[in-house]
Amino acid sequence: MKRRAMLAAPCLLIAGIGLFKAAAAPDTIKVGVLHSLSGTMAISETTLKDTILMMIDAQNQKGGLLGKQLEAVVVDPASNWPLFAEKAAQLLEKDKVAVVFGCWTSVSRKSVLPVFEKDDGLLFYPVQYEGEESSKNVIYTGAAPNQQAIPAVDYLMKEVGVKRWVLEGTDYVYPRTTNKILEAYLLAKGVTSADISINYTPFGYSDWQTRVAAIKKFGSAGKKTAVVSTINGDANVPFYKELGNQRVSAEDIPVVAFSVGEEELSGLDTKPLLGHLAAWNYFESINTPANKTFINQWHAFIKNTKRTTNDPMEAHYIGFNLWVKAVQKAKTTNVEQVLAALPGLETPNLTGGTAKVLPNHHITKPVYIGEVKADGQFNVVWKSAGEVPGDAWSHYLPGSKDIVADWVTLKCGNYNKITKKCSGQNYK
Amino acid sequence: MLRSWNWLVGNDRGGAWFLAALTVVTAAVPILNQALAPSSALHLSAYGITLIGKYLCYALLALSVDFIWGYCGILSLGHAAFFALGGYAMGMYLMRQIGPRGVYGDPVLPDFMVFLNWKSLPWFWYGFNNFPFALLMMLLVPGLLALVFGWFAFRSRVTGVYFSIITQALTYALMLAFFRNDMGFGGNNGFTDFKDILGCDLHSDGTRVVLLVITAIALAAGYLACRAIVESRAGRVMRAIRDAESRTRFLGYPVESFKLWIFVFSGILAGVAGALYVPQIGIINPSEFAPINSIEAVIWVAVGGRGTLYGAIAGAVLVNYAKTYLTGAFPEVWLYALGALFVLVTLLLPRGLIGLAPSRSKDT
Amino acid sequence: MRQCLLILLTVWGGVAVRAESPNDAAFLATLGELREATYSDKASIVEKLSQAGHPSVRAVLTALLEDRLYYRNHDGEIFIVKSAEGDPLNLVDPVSLKDAGTAPADGFTKIGTNNALRRELKAGIARFALSSPDVALRLEAVQEMLRSLDDRNAALLRARLKVEKNSSVRKEIATGVALAALDGADAKARLEAIATLRQSVSQDVRNRLALLLDKSPDGAFVESDEKVRRAAASAVESIDHWRAFYSGIQTIFFGLSLGSILVLISIGLAITFGVMGVINMAHGELMMLGAYATYAVQVAMPGHVGISILVAIPAAFIVAGLAGVLMERTIIRFLYGRPLETLLATFGVSLVLQQAVRSVFSALNRSVVTPDWMSGTLRLNDALAITYNRLYLVIFTLIVFAVILAVLKRTRIGLDIRAVSQNRSMAKAMGIRTEWVDAMTFGLGSGIAGVAGVALSQLTNVGPNLGQSYIIDSFMVVVFGGVGNLWGSLIGGLSMGIVNKLLEPYSGAVLAKIFVLVALILFIQARPRGLFPQAGRAPEDK
Repeated sequence: MKRRAMLAAPCLLIAGIGLFKAAAAPDTIKVGVLHSLSGTMAISETTLKDTILMMIDAQNQKGGLLGKQLEAVVVDPASNWPLFAEKAAQLLEKDKVAVVFGCWTSVSRKSVLPVFEKDDGLLFYPVQYEGEESSKNVIYTGAAPNQQAIPAVDYLMKEVGVKRWVLEGTDYVYPRTTNKILEAYLLAKGVTSADISINYTPFGYSDWQTRVAAIKKFGSAGKKTAVVSTINGDANVPFYKELGNQRVSAEDIPVVAFSVGEEELSGLDTKPLLGHLAAWNYFESINTPANKTFINQWHAFIKNTKRTTNDPMEAHYIGFNLWVKAVQKAKTTNVEQVLAALPGLETPNLTGGTAKVLPNHHITKPVYIGEVKADGQFNVVWKSAGEVPGDAWSHYLPGSKDIVADWVTLKCGNYNKITKKCSGQNYK
Repeated sequence: MLRSWNWLVGNDRGGAWFLAALTVVTAAVPILNQALAPSSALHLSAYGITLIGKYLCYALLALSVDFIWGYCGILSLGHAAFFALGGYAMGMYLMRQIGPRGVYGDPVLPDFMVFLNWKSLPWFWYGFNNFPFALLMMLLVPGLLALVFGWFAFRSRVTGVYFSIITQALTYALMLAFFRNDMGFGGNNGFTDFKDILGCDLHSDGTRVVLLVITAIALAAGYLACRAIVESRAGRVMRAIRDAESRTRFLGYPVESFKLWIFVFSGILAGVAGALYVPQIGIINPSEFAPINSIEAVIWVAVGGRGTLYGAIAGAVLVNYAKTYLTGAFPEVWLYALGALFVLVTLLLPRGLIGLAPSRSKDT
Repeated sequence: MRQCLLILLTVWGGVAVRAESPNDAAFLATLGELREATYSDKASIVEKLSQAGHPSVRAVLTALLEDRLYYRNHDGEIFIVKSAEGDPLNLVDPVSLKDAGTAPADGFTKIGTNNALRRELKAGIARFALSSPDVALRLEAVQEMLRSLDDRNAALLRARLKVEKNSSVRKEIATGVALAALDGADAKARLEAIATLRQSVSQDVRNRLALLLDKSPDGAFVESDEKVRRAAASAVESIDHWRAFYSGIQTIFFGLSLGSILVLISIGLAITFGVMGVINMAHGELMMLGAYATYAVQVAMPGHVGISILVAIPAAFIVAGLAGVLMERTIIRFLYGRPLETLLATFGVSLVLQQAVRSVFSALNRSVVTPDWMSGTLRLNDALAITYNRLYLVIFTLIVFAVILAVLKRTRIGLDIRAVSQNRSMAKAMGIRTEWVDAMTFGLGSGIAGVAGVALSQLTNVGPNLGQSYIIDSFMVVVFGGVGNLWGSLIGGLSMGIVNKLLEPYSGAVLAKIFVLVALILFIQARPRGLFPQAGRAPEDK
């Protein structure tokens, strides 16, 4: 009896420590990193954690921020969506971080959103996504559909002369929304629905034989056909392998992907992929002094010259610099004041242009279309004339074309222009 | 009341300790959260309340697993399916409660349905606006699935590893089905962005505390119910089935019926755990059906000590606490620690962590 | 006389020696335009070059297609390089095709191509390849020309038909000539063409014939002659019928290949569970180790991708087998007779293995290259194409299965394993060292998992999560086939794969999978111990 009590007491004490506030720390500014370091998303997100650590290092060497050093608080939500919400709460309530850089999948973002809005935190979200959202507490540094999907389809239609379309996606909200927008766009441009084929497969789908054979069949009706791929993550590798094996070359049926970048290609045999396309706002192969510096800095930090850079890394680079600038402008890390300082702020991107924060909390980004080269890099075949401003609410969907987001004048993320009402995420 | 307490202290020391600890926690949480100012060092933030609530829900799930495994020898590797179904039932109620405050402003249809261009609510969503109905569903749906699945399985005398693997098949099939956007359950995103429950704002500390207290009561009630069943004559039959099934059958006991009703009761308990989990965590999505979740539930029971009921609860709380702590303190290497923990516990502590404590228990 | 000859020779030699003739100058000038041109302009320049008839055109176009055409930065001179890799570059003069020395790579810029341009180039080069001595190249050239069948290509094909000796190339050319004849004015010629085309099963031919049945916007038929129309309709019907037939065969092949993967990943599990009663949750991670072993072998043998796979098979077997033996000796040995405890312990091991791979190799996927002899497709005809890697996989699975069966039935260790699994105490009494046999059995099962990993590396990601994607499936197959029974795993795996693939075109991938799972659950109700139950009392029957 006594022994058990003696065992229990210290256990409870240790347990208690975990739940309460962290002890008073030295005078630093805490930066939270909310990326999966294990589980299915670790492949993509570990690199982003390292990118933020690198940026923090560099900033500290420049003297920190507001006279204090930056301290990274890294947690692992393990690709588990409820754990994302929990870790977000931990970062904001227990560790009291000033800003969080994190999330990748839309589910993870949606599960942390209520936490950030209730605790009034600030999240920089670096991944391309489906739009249909604009939160006061999030800055979206990744591409909205009009900064990636629409320009890609335009390129295929105009420069390649594509007449038949296969929209192939993984079954979740990002491909579903993107395909909805693209279908509406194609129909508006005069493509008949018989010439559009939409199909979804589950996450991690690996047996593509039947599907690729069906794509080949659809593509042999005599009109130039292309595949717009919103296939995500692990399923891409077997998809491209099967394409290569069934001899679907890029000259016959080009595939343009939105979730395949340099990092994904580094785990693939690129021989069968030559000439297939990807649409991003950044490619490692773009030759500018800023990009060269960034790549060298990355190689030095990660101690491996074979590691690639990619679009979400650039998004974090931009996001981090924007945050630093906003804090310097507002002279505080208080989230409300930083949020007030952000819209209108500009910082250079890595491809020779500038990224500007818009009132809807998106940024302006240039659009690049690239073809896969044998060395896993992309050959840019098209670029947009300038930076494209991100649209949170797509103009092509009936449910959202009347909605506009404006956190500067309207102070609302879903303002309906017709009914003049603010709905959804209306937090003061 | 006093007599039961005395009985507990006399016959079920572990249970008595557990209930005492639970009462302390349940009393402490409201005080530490509401009575103390947020700047105080001992203030329990919403994060802390949610965490404890999560542990208690998992404890209830572990309890339901130990009930059938430790006492009846039925190893279900798909119990997270019942947990998730209860969670989805609660989620459907919470989604209906959002009403016109959703992103698209539709008073009836949840956001994901507007997004999929659906014009009206599917038939299986009717009635979920009504809390008593939703409550009924939270108990009925997991129970019904357990009944149907169990009836087929036990009638055909599927046992041992075969049974375990088909429960995995069940939860895996459900996961695939719920991931489909066409199913009408929110697909990959699941249900999220809840606003309030029974009129109370889900994000306020007060509601969280109340939910936690309700969970604690549910856990205590579940424990006492299980303990009562296990100590009764039915419990002895359960143990007989666990130790020598064929013999029990030959002795004339309706083994299949016993197993079926125990399985249904356990499924309902898991469903209740899931239903309480969702409003506290704020999201339910198909990855709750993942086979790995069910395996983790079994791990909690094994680590804590199976066949004791309070061991399962202890295991659930400890393993999940370890996970929370390790993913924060050692984000790069926590899997090593957790994996090593499982291996060491199975090898060195066959009776689980409870086996560490000196036992005066009767033969269980 | 001799003086005349000498003068003639000198003049000829002079002509030959002179580096630039008017032809060459024009050629070089056109070539030079490639430097600054946009992609669409490049396409028209390529067309101009192939019309020019200069002897070096083919080499230049091939170089451009293979990204081997560069221009020198400081003076804009165009050069072909022998290989795009390596510094300094080995230069070749584009006009004379002679070696032009070497130069450092940074003084040169590549002339880029895009998809559309590469299409043009392939079409242009095909015309030259038509007379190549290599049969495969000729066949490819004809197929390329069929894709862009204009008058010029049709004329070239007709000319070639007269001299072509190889029968398969002749057949392709005949198809092309017939397709071109469909545009002709003579109805009888069109009828003859349809009679030839009827034999084909190509989708392109079918589409072209179907066009004959179309109506133009004003309601009249595109094809005026009724007899021709009827012949075309009947030909289309026949082609469709054959295509459906071959498509059915292809679906069965898809099912076999999916099934053979299921078989490979479950045989190891069937052995460890059936023989030893061990539920090995780390089975997936052992497959992952095999896949990483393949990656490591490829990294260690950079130039020899072809044999690296063959070397990887025993390497993966050894690596995974050793890991399995280690697991058995340190952990599982203490847990015999408690199958459910082994489940938990091996689950812990799987977590550790996953994290270990993440730490040693990084969390990113690793790239495993498919060797050339395994890439590509076996085109039996225009409607039936079987990918080589899957074909080899099916054969590989059958070989592995046969080997395991032989090991179990014909070798001493196999005899020991069977004895121990049937009656452990008796085997011990007979003098068999059961602990050693246990370790070997587990090692064998794990080794097979490693070999399965080699196969998986060819099909999908090689990453820390490889095991997780397949572990559920392998359990399903083992339970379906009957625990401990190898034939059960074979038949169970193959049938599950075929059923899944048969359903897929109708119901979609997810529903097909769900259906298979539900069918499995119901099947187990009917036969609680799987297809081929283990004879005798199961250990848990008391």
